[in-house]
Formats: sequence, C-alpha cells, structure tokens
Amino acid sequence: MTKIDAKIPDGNLAEKWTKFKSSVPLVNPSNKRSLEIIVVGSGLAGASAAASLAELGYKVKVFCFQDSPRRAHSIAAQGGINAAKNYQNDGDSVYRLFYDTIKGGDYRAREANVHRLAEVSGSIIDQCVAQGVPFAREYGGLLSNRSFGGTQVQRTFYAAGQTGQQLLLGAYSALQRQVGMGNVELFTRHEMLDVVTIDGKARGIIARDSVSGALERHFGHAVLLCTGGYGNVFYLSTNAMGSNVTAAWKAHKKGAFFANPCYTQIHPTCIPVSGDHQSKLTLMSESLRNDGRIWVPKKENDTRKANEIPEDERDYYLERRYPAFGNLVPRDIASRAAKERCDAGFGVGSSKMAVYLDYAAAIIRYGKGEANKHNMHSPTDEEIQSMGKAVVKEKYGNLFDMYKQITGEDPYEVPMRIYPAVHYTMGGLWVDYNLMTTVPGLYALGEANFSDHGANRLGASALMQGLADGYFVIPYTIGAYLAAEIRTPSMSTDSEDFVNAEKAVRDRLETLMNIKGSKPVDYFHKRLGKIMWDECGMARSEKGLKASIKEIQALQKEFWSDVKIPGEINNLNPELEKAGRVADFLELGELMCIDALDRNESCGGHFRTEFQTEDGEALRDDDKYAYVAAWEYEKQSIFKLHKEELKYENIKIAQRSYK
Amino acid sequence: MEGNLNLTLKIWRQKNTQTAGKFETYQVSGISTDMSFLEMIDVLNNRLIEEGDDPVAFDHDCREGICGMCSMYINGRPHGPNRGVTTCQLHMRSFKDGETITVEPWRASAFPVIKDLVVNRSAFDRIIAAGGFISVNTGNAQDANSLPINKDNADDAFAAAACIGCGACVAACKNASAMLFTSAKISQLALLPQGQIEAATRAQAMVAQMDEEGFGACSNTGACEAECPKGISIENIARMNREYFSATFSSK
Repeated sequence: MTKIDAKIPDGNLAEKWTKFKSSVPLVNPSNKRSLEIIVVGSGLAGASAAASLAELGYKVKVFCFQDSPRRAHSIAAQGGINAAKNYQNDGDSVYRLFYDTIKGGDYRAREANVHRLAEVSGSIIDQCVAQGVPFAREYGGLLSNRSFGGTQVQRTFYAAGQTGQQLLLGAYSALQRQVGMGNVELFTRHEMLDVVTIDGKARGIIARDSVSGALERHFGHAVLLCTGGYGNVFYLSTNAMGSNVTAAWKAHKKGAFFANPCYTQIHPTCIPVSGDHQSKLTLMSESLRNDGRIWVPKKENDTRKANEIPEDERDYYLERRYPAFGNLVPRDIASRAAKERCDAGFGVGSSKMAVYLDYAAAIIRYGKGEANKHNMHSPTDEEIQSMGKAVVKEKYGNLFDMYKQITGEDPYEVPMRIYPAVHYTMGGLWVDYNLMTTVPGLYALGEANFSDHGANRLGASALMQGLADGYFVIPYTIGAYLAAEIRTPSMSTDSEDFVNAEKAVRDRLETLMNIKGSKPVDYFHKRLGKIMWDECGMARSEKGLKASIKEIQALQKEFWSDVKIPGEINNLNPELEKAGRVADFLELGELMCIDALDRNESCGGHFRTEFQTEDGEALRDDDKYAYVAAWEYEKQSIFKLHKEELKYENIKIAQRSYK
Repeated sequence: MEGNLNLTLKIWRQKNTQTAGKFETYQVSGISTDMSFLEMIDVLNNRLIEEGDDPVAFDHDCREGICGMCSMYINGRPHGPNRGVTTCQLHMRSFKDGETITVEPWRASAFPVIKDLVVNRSAFDRIIAAGGFISVNTGNAQDANSLPINKDNADDAFAAAACIGCGACVAACKNASAMLFTSAKISQLALLPQGQIEAATRAQAMVAQMDEEGFGACSNTGACEAECPKGISIENIARMNREYFSATFSSK
C-alpha cells in the first residue's frame, strides 16, 4: 500500500510556513532557465502560477482549451476575495481567518495548509492592487470591504459583482507580460488529454490542438494542473460549459490519488431551473445575502404573489433558525434549509422549487440613509425608494441586470426567486503541503486540488486559494522538487513513453468517433446529471448511492456503445471534445458515489440522510471519519481507499453551530 | 414556460479558414421564450447531430455574460438586437414567432474565421502582451492601502476594466477598428497611479501592436460603444489618443 505523506513541516502552526520558506532548497537563476514547467489551465491559479514562475526565470508553457487565457471560468466569480487585513478594525486576524475556514469546512481540512492560506491572504490583495486591479474604494480612497457567509468580520475585498473578472484580468495581464517577453509560450484552444510519466515522474503532456485536431507531445520537468473543479458532472451547474474534470481524471488514472470526491458545494442563491432546455445555471452572488432577506410564505402552497403576502405571514427561516448568523450562514446550511422548506411544500414560483431573496427592506434602509445624508427631513416614499434603489444599483447592479435578463422579472420591484445549484467542488486531486500529487513532479493548484476547504468552502475563499497557490505557494514549494532536477536535461518527446501515450490518446479518440451510435453526447450527460443531482446532491443515502453506482455503470456501457459524434477527428469538433469530457465524468460520478457511500457521517456539503441531528443539522462522526479519503485508481470501477488522518492540534474540534 | 416560437435561421457555415463559406437555412420550432439564444442553437445542433449533419460550431463558455467567448452577429448587430447584453444573455423573448434570424461570425480581417461562427481573436491577446499590464513581479507590492486612490478615478478605471474582450466593438465598426478594446485597457491603467510610470510606453506599444494586427482606424461613428455589451465608453478612445499623442510628442 502506498503510504501517503502530507509532508507537513514540523514546528508550531504559525511558524511552519516561515520556516519552510527559509529552508526549502533553491534553484539558482541560471538553472531556472533550463527547467521547463507545463501549466495546464489559465484561471486564477494557472495564470498566477505561470506568471510568477516565468518571472523567476523558469521556461513555462501554458495550455488552455478556450480561445484566450482570459476566458477561464475564474472570470465569472462574482462576490469577492477574503484577506485577513483587518482594515475594518473589527477583530480580524490570520488566526481568525484560519479558524473560520476550518470551522466553515466542518473540520475536514488540513490545518497547516489552511493556516498558510490565511498567512498569504494579505499579500494577494497587495499584489492585485499593484497590478491595477480596480477594487471598490471608499471616498477616502482606501479599500472597501463587505461580509460573506460563515464569518462575523468584514474581510471581503470586491470589485462590484465582478471580482473574479478583475482578479483574473490582473493575473492575465501579468501572464501576457511574460508571453510578450518570451518567457511563456501560450497554447490556446489546446486540451490536455494525458499526462506522460517516465520512470514514475511526470514529464509532460499530450495535448490536442482543437482547431486542427493534431495531437502534440510536450515535455516539462514538472506539470501543474490548474484545471478547476468538476461541478459539471451534474450537467447543470454554475460552471462554464467547458469546465471539466478531464485533466485531473487523466492524472488520476496515471497514479494521482483523488481526494474527497463527494465534497460538492451546492450554492444556495442561484436562479432556478426554468425548463428542460436549460444548459447551465446562473449564480446570484452570496454578497446579496449581505442586504437581502430570504423567506417563504408561512402558509403551505401559498399561491399569492410575493408583494401580496403581509409581513407577518412570511417565514424568514434562516433568521429564525440561525439568529447569530442569520442570512449569512455558510452555503451548505443555507442550501439545505432552502431544500427543507421547498420539500415541505412552502416553495414559491411556478415550480414551487424556489425561495424569495428580498431587497425591499434594504432599499428602504438605504433610501432613508441617503435622505439623512442629504438633510431631507420628510422624504416621500417615492424619494426613499428611488434613492434606495440607486444605492442597491451601485452595489449589485450587474447582478440585478443579469437576473432580469434571464427571468424577465425586475428584482428592484419583486423579490428574486432563488434555489440552490451545484457551484464548486471541494474535492480534487490529493496534494501534499507542496501541492504535489502522489505522482512526483505533478502538481495540482486551485479548485483542482482538495486541500483547503474541507467539506464546505466559505464564500470569497476560492479566489483567495487560487491566487495563494499560484502567486505565493508554488513559487516556493516547487523548488523542493526542481532543485533535484537541475541535472535532468530537457527530454526528447520521441521516446517510447511519449509515443505510447500519444497512441493511447489517438486510439481513444478514434474509438469514440467510430461508435456511430444514435444519441448525442448531451443525452448521456443529462442522464448522468440527473442521477448525481437526485442521489449524490444535497441529500444522499446508502440505498440511493448503491443504486446510483449500478445505474452509472450501466450508463457508461450505454455511452460507449451508443454515443453519436458528428464531424471529423481532424477539424474543430466541439462534440468530440465534449464526448471525451463526458466519458470522464461518467467515471468520476461513480467514484463520487463510492466516496459518499464510504463516508457514514454528514459533514459540510456531504449530507447523508441517515446521519443528522434531531433538528436536521449535519451529524459528524469524528472518531471514525476525521480523515481525507484519497482514492487510488486500480482499474475500471475499482478504487482503493487511502486515509490521511486529520490532526487538529490548534483548534478544538466541535459541533459546528451558527445559531 | 411561456409561448413557443417557430423560426427560420440563416446561419453562416464555413468548414475552415481556407474554405469559402455560405449561408444555410434551417427551421426550428417549439422554441421557448425562456431559452437563451445559445440554447436555441443547442436545440438546432442536437437535431442536426441526430440527422447526421455537422452541428454549427460557435464559441461559448460561461453563458452568464462575462467570459467574452460568445460572438454571434445577429441580424446585422453584434450580440443581437438588445443593448448591453452578450449573445448568451440574449433570450428568445426578444424575438417574434415566424421571424427570420440571420447569424454570422464577427467580420474582420484581423479575426479570421476558424469554422462557422468561430473566429480567431488572438490578436487581442497580443495587444495586451505588448503593454496592457503594470510591470510588477509577484512579491514586489507594498501594502494595498498605502496608495489611496480617488474614488471617482477608481470607479472610472473599473468601468474601463469591465471590458470582456469579446470583439463586438471590432465587429460593429465599419473599419474593424480595435480602438475601443485597446483604449479600455490603456484608460484603466492611465487612471490609476500605479499605471502612470509606464503610461507613455504602454500607449505607444499597444497602439503599434493594434496597427500591426491589421485593425482599421477609428471610424468616429460610435458604433463600438453602442454595441458594446459592457457599455465601455467611447471617452476611453479620447483618453487613449491623449495618452498616445502626449507619449509621441514627449518621446526621446
């Protein structure tokens, strides 16, 4: 049995990272010039890693499947990025960010990694501002903050509802600067289809040029997967259409363990599904819970319009159940509470699978505030409404516009209808403290790894982690590996290992093309998504999971005998690309169910109906399940479990309470 | 779900960059008004696949109006008839039953067609690589609040930075000019104190790259601003011109 070693440095928690940085082996500048690094994915983690490593002098190649690195799905992150700056003087600190993250993750994350994340969080904001990222500011010219779920301080930095866009464009600018200087070679419209290992070490990748269909071999002394999460296994999610697990899954099949695959984040505030045609779901930022109030009617199956339901007939169920955090409870809790109300028959809208997110009170509050500011002593209701709406527009305008575009309803006039949707995956490739997978030389950064969020991620922490990994972690930790690689010359890609890897990729593509079945790829993807959502979504049970594993195995067989892929192998062929990704999702979905079945407890986003408290909260079992489940691929449908025990030396593990 | 539409689609089909393209006509029926324009194309494509035809290739990814990947020229306008939205956020309730809709790729020699509605916009990446950045290596930065920035300037910089790089401005311009795209980045950085140090070289390098890519001169018609899904202001072009000319006159 392979022993997994997280390589956590010795010493006190608060000193581990400082000591590590001071003692990690270095690569001198002239040696860096002859070391090649492949970065797959160009989101926050990939772009920041590639730019930072190129600045250090390494030779970097960047691959992305989109037409430009700026399109990576980090661009769509809305609400903000956390950092323990304590600019608001409200009691924030590195320790508190660390503590909130561990608690928010329901005590299933690794202490040392999370503490490091909190330590570097401040430097991220500094770096982004220096790059020209236009964060929101106060009139005094200093940075503005807001609150996110699971915290009681204001530590979230933001740029309207487009924070991910601005951060990514900052990292993209840094990356393009290195491209212009010739330090990074960029391969857009390229999809990684396998990792090449030689003598057990990652030495390169096989990539397909999506335009010509040509397969390419690329060597690297190290390979970094910054390829995001796998929420699209559910078919409908807030992920981009192209977001996929393929790079991570290929790595998994080449020996990289996959950790906690069942930890999925279902985001509470998304626009509800409107029909069968729906191709994706759209998030309404968690930042809206700063000012919006969530409610359903007190009366079951109430058919009145929202504005016709009087105040005392509304159930603000989050404020009722969790008075200390109210509408700002963590995502997993808010999602389950919405599902509970809808399942009980109190849902709203035509589908009855939605709850209200209401801005009426916030508009009045802001309107009165503006009236005071402008010395208006008896403003009319219209004036209050109009001034209040203007404030809301400045804070959340783009989100309100998006809601109106999609639903055709005006959220300034009627409450938004929202429902939970798949948003983020905490699980991912298992990595050690250095962000290296179980394959030497193969790293995973950002959402693609599992390391920092435990069983539930707090809002505004994904951007923080992606940039922490890329800007401030990997530039140090990669030295631990590459310092021993300075005598390894650049390898020819004509070796047997590269040739065989390419042949395997080609064979698989040809097999897919030659099935010539009767159903489009989407047909299988939708069916997989339904199984996953019904049985491995917000509530999971032993019975349902066991049945799902069988159903998914049957669906895999059906896919490989009946999928129909049009077009040619040597041309731009989006259906062929999609087919390869869905084939991988079909295998991953099975592993997610296996993992969910293994974990006989409820924690964070993983809720097993058999394990809940009397009032419906998640019931953890710390004696048996305080471990990271790292799965090794053995063969089709056979995965071996390795456990990394989680030790809490600095935080007292406790039942999570937001009441 | 609201009413269903029956539509005639005239879509540009082109096998690859080398081959000439032409319009093909398709009928679609039972289109829900709640669908996005791209979901309507999904319906057509799944039917084409089942019928054994090659589906229409088009760029798309986030489908929430921010990645800038979708790029359809619909009834003679980039991203279709509505103002301030990308194609993915254009919904079928904006069309009438029985309507004929013409769909083309972006037309610009600097954006060669790759296939059907997919074009190559890598010229934009090269314009950014020429100077659309502040030269600050990771780790160089000082504390973020050590540099207060006037809120109006910060807001204007943000408004310029909201550009999604979709290329609608180029597609809308009769000269296929990339002035709005280029000026948005130059403005964002020129408005911030961090960007001042390299302002002159940035403006010159980015404009030079823009010209080298084959984009045309500004037509002064304002079509770019009118069609921009993110409302990027044409004032940015004026600011770019000021930056560029002052850089040119003061250059050594």
